[in-house]
Amino acid sequence: MSNFFDILFSTDFAFSVLRVMTPILFAALGALISNKAGIVNIGLEGTMLVSALTGVIVSAYTGSAWVGLLAGILAGVAIAALLGFFTLKFKTHIILGGIAVNMFASGGTVFILYLVSGDKGASTSLKSATLPSLHIPLLQDIPVLGPILSGHNVLTYVSLVSVAGLYYLLAKTPLGLRIRSVGENPQAAQSVGVRVNRVQFVSLLISGFFAALGGAYMSMGYLSLFTRDMTAGRGWIGIAAEAVGRSTTIGTFLSSLLFGAADALANALQILKIPAELVGTTPYVVTVIGLVVYAVAETKMKKRKMTKKELKKAKQV
Amino acid sequence: MIKSAHFEKIRTLAVILIALLLTFLIIAIISDDPLRTILIFLVEPVSSVSHLGNVVEMAIPLMFTGLSVVLLFRTNLFNLGAEGLFYFAGIVASTIAIHWTLSGWLHPIVSILAGALTGALLSAIPGILKAKWNVNELVTSLMFNSILFGVGLYFLNYKLRDPQAFSNSSYKLQPTALLPNLIPGTRIHLGLILALLCIVAVHYYMYRTKWGYELRMTGSNRSFAEYSGINTTKVIITVHLIAGFLAGMGGSVEVLGMYTRFQWTSLPGYGLDGALVALLAKNNPLSVIGAALFLAYIRIGADQMARMSDVPAEMISIVQAVIILLISAEQFLKFWKTRMLLKEAGIRE
Repeated sequence: MSNFFDILFSTDFAFSVLRVMTPILFAALGALISNKAGIVNIGLEGTMLVSALTGVIVSAYTGSAWVGLLAGILAGVAIAALLGFFTLKFKTHIILGGIAVNMFASGGTVFILYLVSGDKGASTSLKSATLPSLHIPLLQDIPVLGPILSGHNVLTYVSLVSVAGLYYLLAKTPLGLRIRSVGENPQAAQSVGVRVNRVQFVSLLISGFFAALGGAYMSMGYLSLFTRDMTAGRGWIGIAAEAVGRSTTIGTFLSSLLFGAADALANALQILKIPAELVGTTPYVVTVIGLVVYAVAETKMKKRKMTKKELKKAKQV
Repeated sequence: MIKSAHFEKIRTLAVILIALLLTFLIIAIISDDPLRTILIFLVEPVSSVSHLGNVVEMAIPLMFTGLSVVLLFRTNLFNLGAEGLFYFAGIVASTIAIHWTLSGWLHPIVSILAGALTGALLSAIPGILKAKWNVNELVTSLMFNSILFGVGLYFLNYKLRDPQAFSNSSYKLQPTALLPNLIPGTRIHLGLILALLCIVAVHYYMYRTKWGYELRMTGSNRSFAEYSGINTTKVIITVHLIAGFLAGMGGSVEVLGMYTRFQWTSLPGYGLDGALVALLAKNNPLSVIGAALFLAYIRIGADQMARMSDVPAEMISIVQAVIILLISAEQFLKFWKTRMLLKEAGIRE
């Protein structure tokens, strides 16, 4: 047991929380921006997979991790654009569109991997590049904080900056205002001249962009190769984090951090012989409980308002 | 002349045609001998009794999950929980099939019922949450998939796993629990009859009973249904119970019909395939049969193709994605329908 607490309070553990959180946070930000615009993108998991594979293949052929990253981002945005085209132009139901993306990705990535490398399991035969880790001067010399915050993959820092960026975008820019208005009431937004479809399309593209970064991190930072179904549900955990964070930027960040910690803890808990299968379900259980608590509270509030209104009416009569 | 009333059927056919053309295109790009590969893809699944048997075997679980999703989609509930229920019910059914001792005909019945009831009860949770407090059933059902998979995998690894088996699989299911074979020379099992019975029952339920009417009303407009005196809370919970029952039955039947050990170490994917079947069937119970058979046909075709040529079977997932995107696209080919309607109107004048 003491062994376990040693792990829990070590800087290594705190470091690994940030490391594990990165893909979840990217997916959660992707879920956040599209939900804000009123479209539920459940294709994040698939988008991440496609970007992870694209990054590996392109970096292997060009020899540059940065070109690979760029290609991965382009692939993710392209998938989002395709999804947007079908849902907004052809009126495909967004959930079904998301299922299509996931179905395409889970089989399609294996298919393409096989064509490129002749292997269906992993991209070991491809010499792909990885994105560099950053050692931040000054910060790395601070005791405790230094080893926790410095030395991460560059995309981990990008994910943290993205939180601030997205917060700014949503709260302070005209586009952010439009996105929120479209999500809250598309008809009202349209009546004041907001082009609903275009705003939703842009949000989907940004959503794909974040998912792509998460995918690229998986294959070019977290690991240094692509393996079949390597995202392993991180897209779903991202959606869960967004739901638990109540669609706020800060809330989404904090719940991603929490789920990252739970994930890192799962590895630590194996020392105590608590089965990893069960620990792995924590984010999902937390999400269900969180959603229920919110929803029950909301229903009660509505009912209270209703009874107040009725009381007023009764008084007036 | 083609009538606009048949538009939906024509559109479905058009989507299938496009999907097949896309398949040919992919094959043509990749394969060294495209014509032969395409021929394998199209003809192999129907070339022999045993291959035809493979198609039907694969269609059985698709019928169950497809039917389950049809009920939910028809009630306008976007619940994708069939995946987790299917898996977990398989675990429950195999637990009974391994550890209980019952006489020959009772054993499979008890196992399947246990799996189906587990499915129904677990499915009721998102249903109740949705009906009472309007919790988004999509998110809860997706979370439940992951939870049920985690718990199921725990059971497999810690309670059912046979240490002497080579892979991560359970102890042998007792022979008394296995479903009897229907057609010699294939592996088609009694589950087929069960699936067809369920489809007919759901059809009857949906179109010939008061509850079915309430279900369809709730699906087209919940507020309106509520105002016209339908207890939509009850409808939503009932639909979840039945859908979970069917998904659970599918998982149990699949395990007892096709395997001698439980060996799914990842979600088998039949739940999401159910959504595809429901789409192809246009949320119509009887059409589920055709939709499931079609999906099974192209999959077996792809499997055979992977075995006999140079194109991997995963290609089919690209085709499936295109089918989903196009078939659920309301606006796809709509201009054509408009033209047909105009023409019909013109003739009447």
